Amino acid sequence: MTILDTIGSTQTVGSHRPWPRAVVDDAGWARAIDEFAAGRWTLSGLWADVDAVHMAVISGANEIAVLTYQCSNGRFPSVAARHPPAMRLERAIFSLFGYEPVGTPDRRPWLDLGFWDVAHPLGKRGAPQREPYAFLPAEGDALHQVPVGPVHAGIIEPGHFRFTANGEFVVRVEERLGYVHKGIESLMAGATIERGAQLAGRASGDSTVAYASAFARAVEAATQITPPARALYLRALMAELERLANHFGDIGAICNDASFALMHAQTGILRERTLRATEACFGHRLMMDAVVPGGVARDLNADGEAQLRGLLAELRARFPRLIELYDNTASLQDRTVTTGIVKPEYARQFGAGGYIGRAAGRNFDARRTPGYAPYAELSFDVPVLAAGDVNARVWIRIREVEQSLSLIEQILERLPPGGVATAIAVSGPCEGMAYAEAFRGDVLVWLRLGDDNRIRRCHLRDASWFQWPLLETAIENNIIADFPLCNKSFNCSYSGHDL
Amino acid sequence: MRRSLIEGLTTGALTEPAPQPDEAALAELAQSTNRAARTRLGRSLSIRHVDAGSCNGCELELHALSNAFYDLERFGLRFVASPRHADVLTVTGPVTRNMREALLRTYDAMPDPKWVLAIGGCARGGGLFAGSYAVVGGVSDVIPVDLHIDGCPPSPTALLRGLLALLQRQDGSAV
Ligand code: SF4
Repeated sequence: MTILDTIGSTQTVGSHRPWPRAVVDDAGWARAIDEFAAGRWTLSGLWADVDAVHMAVISGANEIAVLTYQCSNGRFPSVAARHPPAMRLERAIFSLFGYEPVGTPDRRPWLDLGFWDVAHPLGKRGAPQREPYAFLPAEGDALHQVPVGPVHAGIIEPGHFRFTANGEFVVRVEERLGYVHKGIESLMAGATIERGAQLAGRASGDSTVAYASAFARAVEAATQITPPARALYLRALMAELERLANHFGDIGAICNDASFALMHAQTGILRERTLRATEACFGHRLMMDAVVPGGVARDLNADGEAQLRGLLAELRARFPRLIELYDNTASLQDRTVTTGIVKPEYARQFGAGGYIGRAAGRNFDARRTPGYAPYAELSFDVPVLAAGDVNARVWIRIREVEQSLSLIEQILERLPPGGVATAIAVSGPCEGMAYAEAFRGDVLVWLRLGDDNRIRRCHLRDASWFQWPLLETAIENNIIADFPLCNKSFNCSYSGHDL
Repeated sequence: MRRSLIEGLTTGALTEPAPQPDEAALAELAQSTNRAARTRLGRSLSIRHVDAGSCNGCELELHALSNAFYDLERFGLRFVASPRHADVLTVTGPVTRNMREALLRTYDAMPDPKWVLAIGGCARGGGLFAGSYAVVGGVSDVIPVDLHIDGCPPSPTALLRGLLALLQRQDGSAV
């Protein structure tokens, strides 16, 4: 049975592509929540719009649809009441739009930390409310609290963690995020497609290629434009280079947090080599603004190809030794094995993407499901493990490095000739949606365009939304001193989450 | 492991020669540094970093400064964990309303004399994010800035140039 059959909807929106969007009534909305609670469907996004709340749904058969609940009275039935992964998304909807999730167990704001000049900046703006924030209580003898952040010791993004500990052991950690909230979705509204692409590419700088690709593909879906095949291959090339650079950096950083600096130094070299090659090929180390709606901003020339082949040769020669180093260093394994375990049932329930989900048994990769060009023409494995600990997350990344190296080789072999860009033309109001697999998991971009070539509404959903809550579960009963290690092995995005 | 270590000793160093300090940066600093402050410090600076709203791109390049190619510490420059130990504050991002207070508190916690480096296009006026309800503006809208390093993000070389310009000022080699 398809998603729309299940919820009994008939009212689909014509200009929404590539998947259907249906307006549902109370019964349809409740039916969808039943499916989440029963574990048959995955909630893949929940965001607000003018007088409406949308949810992105992935069914057990990997079918995708958007369901819309009209809420002109500013209220909608809470999803989180029966499906906890929706909790922060609903709190964010309330803080940004002022729509009230009826029946929610948690009415505290999210992203709004009490410093803005306005309340509900994306909805009916009002005067700000400044109530003190209440962290969840933890009760018991000999418990103590440790507040950490927003400013942390290293060069990392800001966020607050409230630890409750019993001696060295963490009883609970509660995250409070939103410090780097820049109001990106408000800047999107009314922006040109070109500016929208720049903003999307700066939602989370480490995933700029993934975000720019998802944004571009959402625009292309909405406007029914297919970029040249060469551009699609070049996007995949950039995406795999981005994945490599991030995995190298993070594998080293995780080992560094386990006091094994040698690995950090070695992977740092591989990361730098990769960034130098991307700069030589695409004119920017992180490849910002290299992917644009309609194609890519810069073609790869023969010099670039040679650079990349040189890079591949070096990485192939050096990386296997580092794997051996990781595998054979008992003191390192002692820190990573059985530390920070994500339970497979949580990974499934939350729809956790990337290495966090795949290290805990959830076999999902947006390059496969729903899949996008050119990945169907390339061969690659999606590594999956069950242990869910820091070690499993490291191994997933190691295996993904190997897959990315092979993908880059295949792309260079098969790079089609031809142009690299097509002009975008909006002929009328339309809506588009796309997924891209960033190094840390699936990014979702949803947008509506007006006929003046401008963005009416654009929502960006980072993989971190469904990963951050699992960090809270993974740290339980670990010692506080292992938190940096667990956190690094997740490496969720603060900026991509806070927007 | 032993093999990697031995190989590290026998192959040449990857570390690259220092870039020239940035002329424009020197000029900007000339207005903000005084000789007395310079002579109080040796040729060594401790840096504390605050992300005041960045997209995290600038942080990636700040991290790169510590890799074998740029090797920041050879210049006596190092990142420290507490503002109480720091001479220099590097700040990235547009300053969000949610981070304004944390930035101010970090700045206030640093002992005098102190310098502020605003890093990346966003740190100058808020960049692409200027005008949002959630953004105060650039770093200089919140605390005094001694030097801006532009770029989105600035490359590690550009960062190094800016930092070396600051060091040279400490050194008293140019006024
Ligand atoms: S300057 Fe660019 S890289 Fe740096 S925080 Fe701003 S958008 Fe990100």
